[in-house]
Amino acid sequence: MLLLVAFSAVIPLMTVVNYSVQDVFDANTRFFTGTEWFREMLNDPALQAAVLRQFAFSLTVLAIEVPLGIGIALIMPRKGWQASAVLILVTMPLLIPWNVVGSIWQIFSRGDIGLLGWSLRELGYGYNITSSPVDAWATIILMDVWHWTPLIALLCYSGLRSIPDAYYQAARIDRASKWSVFRYIQLPKLTNVLVIGVLLRFMHSFMIYAEPFVLTGGGPGSSTTFLSQSLTTMAIGQQDLGPSAAFSLIYFLIILLVTWVFYTAIMNMQKDDYNREA
Amino acid sequence: MSLILENIDQVIGGATHISGVNLELQPGSFNVLLGRTLAGKTTLMRLMAGLDAPARGRILMNGEDVTGRSVRKRNVSMVYQQFINYPTLTVYDNIASPLRLAKVATAEIDRRVREVAEMLHIEHLLDRLPLELSGGQQQRTAMGRALAKDADVVLFDEPLVNLDYKLREEFRDELRSVFSERNCIAVYATTEPGEALALGGNTAVLHEGRLVQYGRTEDVYHRPRDILAAELFSEPPINIVKWVVSGGEVTFDKTLHFPINDDLRGLAPGEYRFGVRASHISLLPRAESDIELKMTVDLAEISGSETFLHVHNDLYHMTAHLEGVHEFRDDAPVTLYFPTHKIYAFDHEGAVVHIPSHLGGV
Repeated sequence: MLLLVAFSAVIPLMTVVNYSVQDVFDANTRFFTGTEWFREMLNDPALQAAVLRQFAFSLTVLAIEVPLGIGIALIMPRKGWQASAVLILVTMPLLIPWNVVGSIWQIFSRGDIGLLGWSLRELGYGYNITSSPVDAWATIILMDVWHWTPLIALLCYSGLRSIPDAYYQAARIDRASKWSVFRYIQLPKLTNVLVIGVLLRFMHSFMIYAEPFVLTGGGPGSSTTFLSQSLTTMAIGQQDLGPSAAFSLIYFLIILLVTWVFYTAIMNMQKDDYNREA
Repeated sequence: MSLILENIDQVIGGATHISGVNLELQPGSFNVLLGRTLAGKTTLMRLMAGLDAPARGRILMNGEDVTGRSVRKRNVSMVYQQFINYPTLTVYDNIASPLRLAKVATAEIDRRVREVAEMLHIEHLLDRLPLELSGGQQQRTAMGRALAKDADVVLFDEPLVNLDYKLREEFRDELRSVFSERNCIAVYATTEPGEALALGGNTAVLHEGRLVQYGRTEDVYHRPRDILAAELFSEPPINIVKWVVSGGEVTFDKTLHFPINDDLRGLAPGEYRFGVRASHISLLPRAESDIELKMTVDLAEISGSETFLHVHNDLYHMTAHLEGVHEFRDDAPVTLYFPTHKIYAFDHEGAVVHIPSHLGGV
């Protein structure tokens, strides 16, 4: 077991740490640089912009996907063949690989042959993701919402299914409103799956790479260049192994930190919820 | 407030769950629905509550036809087998919730919540959340929600199944006293004949969606209309054996015959199915006229301080419910006795033709 953990996590991570504190020229020539790469990375304006862009993206998709996912889960049919049919339809986007999703949307948004691009142009809107940062952003967010809202919806759907029918009956007998049923029966049951959903979606979206890379290539300019793409360009494109290793570690720590903050915040919220009403 | 079901049929997904039920529940009455699993108890309760509409028939409340009226427009409450409460609301808020939805004044809500909580002995738990409570306390909270709103009909769907034995006894006693002071109709579904007897009131025996018998609980128990009612309202089920009455004697094969005494006089010659309650069988004769049966032990089940002795002879099986703990080897011979004055007799169609005379006869 320990060996497995060593191979899967510790050894690769340590290799990165090793690179991040050295300047490597070739297999035999290397200099110890200490924290220089870290300082350089933290002060790089391009990277700072990418970090901000990344946060903006992740928070936006979370803000759309979580309520939308809950909403979809609430209106999904509970039984019968309709339930299976809708379940399959909803799951479909999740089964498509990232780069394929990017390609699909790339074609979808083209002005000449893409349904979305063509329709918008026909409607008189000068839609163009290669020249307008707004269009590019909107399309990427729409794509992510299309791809990943089903995950939240599925998680919530399973949470809702675990509520015994008797609860709904009891609510009907009490003459409770739909909102009360949601607030006092469904939402409390959903908090646990939502914590998992939000964390997963945050980590996922924070690491997004293939979809925007295929769709916009990070452009126009660097307007949709997210963190992992900056990192890839630096590490593979420019072979700056030291700085990109330092950057990787910073990236990793950001995810760890934000995830931890999210988790504790949500857990405290739950506790507060109980305390306030107790 | 009376509740009348007229010729109710209920069909769910092509399967008949209730068929031809007629039932009239009086104001202030406590009614037990007794039947095995799938007898239609829950289906009938859903119809009474208005959660479902019947396929055929009419439901009258206080003489008013409410057949198609939804639960939201009826004044009913229900307690379930599971402990159903709002998980993020305190016991107080849970009990208050139906009152708040009914827009009752705050002071009145407070008074009613405290009154109900006191009645159910959870007044010290009002600030707690349901999940911090024991199963019994959670169910008390659910009952509090049902009782607080002064419903016309309060339905209990096997509410004590998930509670331990001691708590059940406690609850039953309390329930009876709670409802003795109310003018609503209480309906209580159970699979256990013992529970029906403990609750008293009236009992409706259900079987496969049909109403077998309805009446005062003791009457239904002592004076079953037919074999089915007798079997359903006894645990272990009443022993049924085929005996023949002829020439002033009851005979069975060559192994058993006894003279017809005063207890059984009036039975015309012919074949009958006799019913002997398991609890009326004993290991020692209590009177000279007791019937003696030579049987072989199948199994002796000891439960608490009672023994359920399953026995057989060449032609039938019987079960005896004996006081005290008795150990028997399997296949051991055993002699059992039962008194002639406690025998029921049913004709070949199952209808009762003889009821022990001290219970009033047929």
